[in-house]
Amino acid sequence: MVKRSRFVKVFLTGFALLVVAARPAWADHKPASSIPAEALIQPADFAASLAASTAPKPLVLQVGFRKAYAQAHIPGSEYVGAASDDDGLKSLRDRVTALPRDTAIVIYCGCCPWRKCPNIAAAFEALQQLGFKKVRVIHITEDFGTDWVDKGFPTATGS
Amino acid sequence: MAYLRLAACALGLLLTGAAWPIGAGDRAPEFSLDDVAGKTLRLADFRGKVVLLNFWASWCAPCVEEMPRLSAWQRDYGVGGLRVIGVSMDDQLAPVRRLLAKHPVDYPVGLGDVALAERYGKVLGLPQFFLIDRGGFVVARYKGEVDLTQLEAAIRAQLRMPR
Repeated sequence: MVKRSRFVKVFLTGFALLVVAARPAWADHKPASSIPAEALIQPADFAASLAASTAPKPLVLQVGFRKAYAQAHIPGSEYVGAASDDDGLKSLRDRVTALPRDTAIVIYCGCCPWRKCPNIAAAFEALQQLGFKKVRVIHITEDFGTDWVDKGFPTATGS
Repeated sequence: MAYLRLAACALGLLLTGAAWPIGAGDRAPEFSLDDVAGKTLRLADFRGKVVLLNFWASWCAPCVEEMPRLSAWQRDYGVGGLRVIGVSMDDQLAPVRRLLAKHPVDYPVGLGDVALAERYGKVLGLPQFFLIDRGGFVVARYKGEVDLTQLEAAIRAQLRMPR
């Protein structure tokens, strides 16, 4: 009986390890839904704020994939790398680390549907951990093409 | 008057450098790219086949979730003339190779670039599909998470079309 119970334990442990090892990398990403609602800004509202010439401009960072940024991005925004990988996060931290913590920063991705975006929550969390208090996130529900470009909001191209 | 409007629109697209939107009825832009095995993938080589062109990336959760289904379609409908082609929008080939080593697929996968994405009217979100008929024309473009049952029905409808 003891032997059988040990076998079951070993089997279950082995199975759990196998399941964890087999999880694809994207499965471990923090979901975009973890970003508090008060940090979100709708694409139309952000586009309107860009158009207002008197409004102070925030630092706008794209934290998605480079090939999308090269095709279309928000004018004035900078590409800092996909926040879902270590290189991208490092690049984000390097870009902002010397800035005053009250700098207004807007981040966006739009690589894929919001609830499955691997980048945006990781970038938001990294900025929070660095102590930035004025971080807003553009709430792109489908993708950058659908929610920004197709809506006719201002767009720039090139990397 | 309609011609003038069309010409003005085309001129606008040219001047702004915007990509012409590709959709149903347009000829699918030709491309040639190396797949992960080093073999050249040319769309022209698949003329006479129904092609399902899938833009994806290794970090895109919905894309990866769809891949087993795409593999199954290639196995089930390959004899009838379906060719699934995966175009990864990853920056590099290494993560694509790693993912495919863990989750092999039954169709060729190559690394896409900005020029190819531009030719397909910009690929600004993933996943994206282009269903291309046997004559090389786009039947439909699907953006984001699609109903795979509907997509399969569209594929089957194309495969049933007279050659």
